[in-house]
Amino acid sequence: MCENNAEKMSATSAESLLALRQQEELVDLPKDYPLSASEDEGDSDGERKHQKLLEAISSLDGKNRRKLAERSEASLKVSEFNVSSEGTREKLVLSDLLQPIKPSSSLATVRKQLNRVKSKKTVELPLNKEEVARIHREVAFNKTSQALSKWDPIVLKNRKAEQLVFPLEKEQAAFAPIEHVLSGWKARTPLEQEIFNVLHKNKQPVTDPLLTPVEKASLKAMSLEEAKMRRAELQRARALQSYYEAKARREKKIKSKKYHKVVKKGKAKKALKDFETLRKVDPTAALEELEKIEKARMMERMSLKHQNSGKWAKSKAIMAKYDLEARQAMQEQLAKNKELTQKLQAASESEEEGGGVEENELLVPDVVNEVHINANEPNPWMRRSCTSDAKEVEIQKDPEQPPEPMAHEDSESEGEESPVAEEETLLKEFEERRSLRKRPELNQDAEPVGGREAQDASSQEVLSELRALSRKLNKENQEKQSRKQKGNSVRAVLPVQREEPAQEEEEPLLLQRPERVQTLEELEELGKEGYLQNTELPRPVSQGQQTERNPDNQPGAPKKKKRKEEMIDLQNLLTTKSPSVKSLAVPTTIEALEDEEERDQKQMIKEAFAGDDVIRDFLKEKKEAVEASKPKDVDLTLPGWGEWGGVGLQPSAKKRRRFLIKAPEGPPRKDKNLPNVIINEKRNIHAAAHQVHVLPYPFTHHHQFERTIQTPIGSTWNTQRAFQKLTTPKVVTKPGHIIKPIKAEDVGYRSSSRSDLSMVQRNPKQLSVRHKKQLKKNSVD
Amino acid sequence: MDHQLVGLMETAPKPGGDVPHKKNKLQSKRKKPRRYWEEEETSPTAAGASPGPSRSKKRKQELRPRRPKNTHIQKKSRISKKPQVPRKSGERRNLVPQRTLSGAQDPFPGPAPVPVEAALKFRRIDKSKKLLHSKSKTRSRLEVADAEEEETSVRAARSELLLAEEPGFLEGDDGEDTAKIRQADIVEAVDIASAAKHFDLNLRQFGPYRLNYSRTGRHLAFGGRRGHVAALDWVTKKLMCEINVIEAVRDIRFLHSEALLSVAQNRWLHIYDNQGIELHCIRRCDRITRLEFLPFHFLLATASETGFLTYLDVSVGKIVTALNARAGRLDVMTQNPYNAVIHLGHSNGTVSLWSPAVKEPLAKILCHRGGVRAVAVDSTGTYMATSGLDHQLKIFDLRGMFQPLSARTLPQGAGHLAFSQRGLLAAGMGDVVNIWAGQGKGSPPSLEQPYLTHRLSGHVHGLQFCPFEDVLGVGHNGGITSMLVPGAAEPNFDGLENNPYRSRKQRQEWEVKALLEKVPAELICLDPRALAEVDVVTLEQEKKERIERLGYDPEAKAPFQPKPKQKGRSSTASLVKRKRKVMDKEHRVRTLDKVRQSLEQQQHDQEKKTKPTGTRPSALDRFVR
Repeated sequence: MCENNAEKMSATSAESLLALRQQEELVDLPKDYPLSASEDEGDSDGERKHQKLLEAISSLDGKNRRKLAERSEASLKVSEFNVSSEGTREKLVLSDLLQPIKPSSSLATVRKQLNRVKSKKTVELPLNKEEVARIHREVAFNKTSQALSKWDPIVLKNRKAEQLVFPLEKEQAAFAPIEHVLSGWKARTPLEQEIFNVLHKNKQPVTDPLLTPVEKASLKAMSLEEAKMRRAELQRARALQSYYEAKARREKKIKSKKYHKVVKKGKAKKALKDFETLRKVDPTAALEELEKIEKARMMERMSLKHQNSGKWAKSKAIMAKYDLEARQAMQEQLAKNKELTQKLQAASESEEEGGGVEENELLVPDVVNEVHINANEPNPWMRRSCTSDAKEVEIQKDPEQPPEPMAHEDSESEGEESPVAEEETLLKEFEERRSLRKRPELNQDAEPVGGREAQDASSQEVLSELRALSRKLNKENQEKQSRKQKGNSVRAVLPVQREEPAQEEEEPLLLQRPERVQTLEELEELGKEGYLQNTELPRPVSQGQQTERNPDNQPGAPKKKKRKEEMIDLQNLLTTKSPSVKSLAVPTTIEALEDEEERDQKQMIKEAFAGDDVIRDFLKEKKEAVEASKPKDVDLTLPGWGEWGGVGLQPSAKKRRRFLIKAPEGPPRKDKNLPNVIINEKRNIHAAAHQVHVLPYPFTHHHQFERTIQTPIGSTWNTQRAFQKLTTPKVVTKPGHIIKPIKAEDVGYRSSSRSDLSMVQRNPKQLSVRHKKQLKKNSVD
Repeated sequence: MDHQLVGLMETAPKPGGDVPHKKNKLQSKRKKPRRYWEEEETSPTAAGASPGPSRSKKRKQELRPRRPKNTHIQKKSRISKKPQVPRKSGERRNLVPQRTLSGAQDPFPGPAPVPVEAALKFRRIDKSKKLLHSKSKTRSRLEVADAEEEETSVRAARSELLLAEEPGFLEGDDGEDTAKIRQADIVEAVDIASAAKHFDLNLRQFGPYRLNYSRTGRHLAFGGRRGHVAALDWVTKKLMCEINVIEAVRDIRFLHSEALLSVAQNRWLHIYDNQGIELHCIRRCDRITRLEFLPFHFLLATASETGFLTYLDVSVGKIVTALNARAGRLDVMTQNPYNAVIHLGHSNGTVSLWSPAVKEPLAKILCHRGGVRAVAVDSTGTYMATSGLDHQLKIFDLRGMFQPLSARTLPQGAGHLAFSQRGLLAAGMGDVVNIWAGQGKGSPPSLEQPYLTHRLSGHVHGLQFCPFEDVLGVGHNGGITSMLVPGAAEPNFDGLENNPYRSRKQRQEWEVKALLEKVPAELICLDPRALAEVDVVTLEQEKKERIERLGYDPEAKAPFQPKPKQKGRSSTASLVKRKRKVMDKEHRVRTLDKVRQSLEQQQHDQEKKTKPTGTRPSALDRFVR
């Protein structure tokens, strides 16, 4: 095989050899040139060349084609400054240089750097600005068009839709029974929750409109007699109330001063007595009375009632000079004012406080002092603001609920629990005491807003009297009180508290009746609701209450476009042979005519109408009409232009022919083949004004548009339902609703931050298919 | 003056004692209309009243029974019975009974099935015109229009069910001529209520009478030549007013309602109300011979001796136009109820058709050799009957061609003609009234055999069929005659349009509605459907102007311009080649189309040629669809 190969290749090799030689010569030439100077080298060169030649020849056989590495002596030119690459025709490769470095670790870094250099390719030039911008634009366009193309079907659908209803999101008009709706409902707002709680507490049925169990029970339990008794009781109570009211009114109307004076005095005395007894029996109640007095003082201070500034007082002041009585009255009033405005127990209180302080001084002097200062201040609200405790907050939270006992307990428990906070507890104690003292006042202050105000105003006089008396008493009992007060103060609150529930208990009795009425009404309402529910079943609206107009005045049959090819003979037309005269077989009317008679008659008629030839006249008229309707030719010949002119000279026929503009022949007349008819070809411009003369958008030919408007939409030609459907508005908007722009969620696509892109990612394939279809359609069109 | 009429009034002979019995028989004989909910029950009733035995009876006459107000109630109740829920055609087949909220079960769920032929009658779109290939958008619009048309036609067809009444008819035994049946015979056969509709008013004093029925058919007005004018509710015979205008009365006509009455007197036109109080005297319309009222346009058309046709708009009281017919005295006039065109008959044997919008006649038809004596147009506007001095009676087709369909010579010639609502033709010849009937509602009356004849006590001077009643009113020298003509009138009336039983309030409301829907006078033209077409002339003109303004045609298809291809490949020669290729292709397509069309035409012609050999063409072929 090898030999064969060699033989084959021998031919080629010979050629290559030649080529090689030429090459070598070419290559060598420049090499020789510098060397030619030295003879020695010339020798060696020659030798080498010879060697090479030999090698080349030997390699011809093909076996030993590989060139043997040439071994040569180091050249003379070897120097440390110059590396001669002579002899070897290979390039210096970086790796060759690096190989020796390998083992040495110190050069590893250099190698690495070199490697990095080698691996790095050259950085391409950045594109110019315009191109970058174009690419950006392209990408952005593609993205947005893709994103927007998802709206295409929706837009198309909306355009084709018969009716659009805005706003888009429809509230589901679910026809659910009320029980379902209510069961799904939950209280959200605090108010709702509160109401819900109340309802649940009373076991008020929420879902089923029935009675509460309590109501049921009461309905069952209450017998007739019981109900009667209760009614009688209530009647009696009401009657008593009305009597009392009437009495009060009557008394109020009495104008006698003397009477009032007596009454007042009596009342004062009585009050004093009562107070006295009360003080003995129930000190807390007495204390309350005192508070009342205090309040009266406050009222007095606020008002200008007894300060001689009223009308009466001014008149008296004028008279005072001369009238002793007037003077006295004024003085009396002033005294009264003084009396009222005088601070009652300020001294005693301070004393008492002082006593308290003395007791506490040993433990906590500073704080108490502070409080003491506060306590001295007349304005209770100022005091309030100074103390900002948790308890205070509580009070503020629900001022109606007396927090005293709770807070007291708390403070006590706190004191037990944490001895560290002793100071605080003590402080609170003081606070409590103070608040206790103020509480009734507060209550009174808060309450007059309600019904008590009037009562207070009326009883103020009495109170002032009471005050005066009580002051005397107070002075006597100051010492006693100051001692007792501390102990009482805490206890005194409790009865007050107790009273309130008692009142509450009374109230239900009074309120019971209205409540019951309410429930009954509710019951009725519920019943009504139920009834409504039953009746509310959607009843079909009686539709089409009128019969549709029988459209018999429509064209019965499409006109046949049968063209008569032959001109109908008018003569024949008018003298059509009558079918048969015999058929007029009315015995009572006219006897039938014979053919002969008919002929006679015809003759007679002919004679009668001999003068006026109806047919000729008509044909003449028709001819005229046809001529008139024909478009006229335009003759532009100018007589005398280019030829002789003058009287009696006509322009030549040739010229006339040349300058005659023939009018285009119009469409054939409708009555062209109808000899007995002249149809007016003139356009009815008045009717044309009502016709459509602009094609609306999607139509390209008037036949298309005509087809869409051929069905009448009026109620005269349609049934009521059809009429309603044909005249539904294209867009319906709900009044009072905001119409928001369409969102992806409205249409059914899932929402996302870039909602417009979501759909494209979802089904790009469908879109593309659709687009292709559209493209195809377009191309077809 | 009341005594004048009341005293002379002579009602029809009272029916005999056996009439109720007969009437019952007739009613039992009458075939009951089958209803869709009666599917199970029909068989026994049909057996009970099969039409077979009735044929054996010598004659069967029947007037359409009129059940006052019954019809209305019936309709309502039926509607409430079964609400028509609009459903798509796909669901129509779904016949599974569904439970309603009330728990009742509908035995026939879904809308009632509609036969295709019934719906076809209400189709409006003319599909004969071929459309060009249209774009998808246009196509969708066309489809929508088609669907709408179908739906509305189906609805209309379904509501035809509500037209419960059937027309009456008169049928002789085999060989018997119905023309020989006298009025007395008919009166004897029909029920009392119908028999009461035949009466004669003997009013010999004030000469020949003209008469007019109101549009509801409830009221009758008549005026005698010698000034006697009266209006009455002829069903109850309650006189509304009666006056003598002491002037010749040429014609009389109700305006839009029975409350207004226009009378053409010797000099001027007068308008009276139903109390006989003169409201207007219109001096601009003088020497009027004939009156005609166009109810939808509120126009009173008057033809005068002076040859003028004047249109008076009665809603605003203005004269719309006065047209000079240029044909001498006008004393023959009628209106086409279909398109409100006025037909005038002239002494030169022509009938001219007029619209107030056009100064010249819309069409002129030569009908007779002598002068035209009477013209009448049927309610569908398809046929016109004319009679002339040449003693001929002709029936013309008014649909485009104006050709005579049939003609007949009458011994005396008809002086007055009238069409009934269902297409019966009445002609007054001397003192005889002849009535011809057609084969069906849409067909012209055949002049071979008269349907009925009647001789009156005087010469006929006025003829009119009463709307919605099988009655023909004839005014003659001796007064007024009300004839019974079974099958003359439309049995079903539109309660919102012409309600004979309407109250005063209803009439007032209808009046307002009608005024709101008044059609402008200029819309009157020969083919009212042409108004629904595009004004092509203006369209073209505007297009031309636009092209001129722009300098190019914006709608024209751009000529093919080959795109330049890669470098070196788009030589001029190759571009031209490509252009030519496209052009050739288009040309080929066009020629192919042409060839195909011509081939089709040829085939069509051949078929046509072969067709007539088989059967002889008859005049009725034109009605075959």
